Amino acid sequence: MSGHLTITHAGPALSLQDMGRSGYRAQGLTVGGAADRIALYEGAALLGQKPDLAVIEMAGSGGTFTADVDIRIALTGAQMVAKVEGEQIVWNASHLLPAGAKLEIGGARDGSYGYLHVGGGFDTPVVMDARSSHLAGGIGALLQTGERLALGVDKGRDVALTVPPLDRFGGGKVRLVASMQTDNFSAETIARFTKTVFRRDARANRMGVRMAFDGEGFATADQLSIVSEVVVPGDIQISGDGAPYVLMYECQTTGGYPRIGSVLPCDLPRVAQAQTGANLTFEFVEMDEAVALQNRYLAEIKALASKVAPLVRDPAAIRDLLGYQLISGAVSARTDPLKMEED
Amino acid sequence: MTDWPKIRSVGVSGVLVTFAGAMSEPANRAALAFRAAVEAQDWPEVRETSTSLVSTYLEVDLAVTPLAAMTERLTNLLESRDWQSADLPPGRTLWHVPTVYGTDLAPQLEEAAAVAGVDVDAAVAEISASRVRVLTIGFAPGQPYMGELSKTWDIPRQQGLTKSVPAGALIIAIRQLIVFTNAAPTGWRHIGQTAFGTFLPKSERPFTLAPGDELTFPAISREEFDRIKSKDTSGLGGASREALS
Repeated sequence: MSGHLTITHAGPALSLQDMGRSGYRAQGLTVGGAADRIALYEGAALLGQKPDLAVIEMAGSGGTFTADVDIRIALTGAQMVAKVEGEQIVWNASHLLPAGAKLEIGGARDGSYGYLHVGGGFDTPVVMDARSSHLAGGIGALLQTGERLALGVDKGRDVALTVPPLDRFGGGKVRLVASMQTDNFSAETIARFTKTVFRRDARANRMGVRMAFDGEGFATADQLSIVSEVVVPGDIQISGDGAPYVLMYECQTTGGYPRIGSVLPCDLPRVAQAQTGANLTFEFVEMDEAVALQNRYLAEIKALASKVAPLVRDPAAIRDLLGYQLISGAVSARTDPLKMEED
Repeated sequence: MTDWPKIRSVGVSGVLVTFAGAMSEPANRAALAFRAAVEAQDWPEVRETSTSLVSTYLEVDLAVTPLAAMTERLTNLLESRDWQSADLPPGRTLWHVPTVYGTDLAPQLEEAAAVAGVDVDAAVAEISASRVRVLTIGFAPGQPYMGELSKTWDIPRQQGLTKSVPAGALIIAIRQLIVFTNAAPTGWRHIGQTAFGTFLPKSERPFTLAPGDELTFPAISREEFDRIKSKDTSGLGGASREALS
């Protein structure tokens, strides 16, 4: 059955996202879409549906939501405190949201972007082959309090499933390959760049993430005379003040600042999810290794569906056990609600 | 063998073929023609193609398709002819975009003329009679970089940024013109105002222009501009078009 999800209170930066739009680069529009693509795959695995359905991306914090029919939801990406009718529910899991029940999602604790998926996806109007908002490009807008989003037809039934999230939270090492302008930087500058421990700056959005650091900037000798050239998500642009910006899926199609390298797509979710102040370092890899890392990542994405397992609840923490649909064999005495069965 | 054209990888997302180290008309022509030739090859590995000022870009997942394989194919295609003298791709359009020069709508006409060393009347006469080509589209969706104007207009960007020029603003620097898609800050000088929508996401044809299209910006009065604006439902601001063969 289809229905609507109403946003009864919208956090500051909610938007509808999906895998974005391809094919418009020549006309000045980059792909856009979810900042953390892995979250889309995890949500799809949890709900047993395609990863290209529209979801709500929640930057920093969530909001409150109510559906007018019983729906299945899944929560992925940065962990946020989520409650249904005041009862805390588990992140990285699927749940039933009964018609009229209040879903509250709070602030992000270990990352930047949380995702709310619904069974069947959102059935909002398609603009240029996709439902995602491209905020920088002028397609769609941030979701507002009071908005009512049409739900797609949900063919699935399973809920109370969980999936172990792929490792990408809290910053860490980010791999990149040399790109077309890496040679414009001196070997010294590159060496210093790879030794520097950067901090994810507060200046960050769906277009790019600034890297804060101590010490001198990372300019090239001919910083200002570079002819404007193609930009791809993952490119690390050195801006006028010498600070690196990792460009994200909503970046511009071309740019005149030199690029020191390009982050592998498999590591871009790590950049997206690093919370303000998290440490990040950059390591160049050769193309062969990049190919191997990308393929390993794709294999991990493919394997997600096989990692989905029944959510194990602690019966002691469940106030009204009879109110739950118990999946046989899924109940154990484990106390950590985040733990999941391994088989 | 010269330095150009150069074939380089762009991250693991694609391959870039660059025809020159700086903007030039022949290099831009080569990039446009080469993109059309790549499109005609219809290689299944190529997800999409685009051009920047002097380069053709092919989006290819290099984790799936080895760079060496793409480089070999591109080298063969590059060697098949002299791309700097290639014809421009077919199916292009010539647009005439009514433009108010100066007035309160475009307050930097006098300044731009002074920097170029010509008087205001001569500036308007020349620019409104110039036919320019879309060299590339970028920065914002559908936003054209057009050129090249005569050497008179090889004027630098201004030192500071103008906080915001409106959508449809005609701005000038470095022998090029831009019509802004959305209101945005710029270092270029605002010499004219149009009501020409370059990105109309809700229309059947969201992008008005394609790289290689040509444009003129005939001068109209402020009154005529207001009249066009009040009547326009297409988003094209009274622009007319004809097919280029």
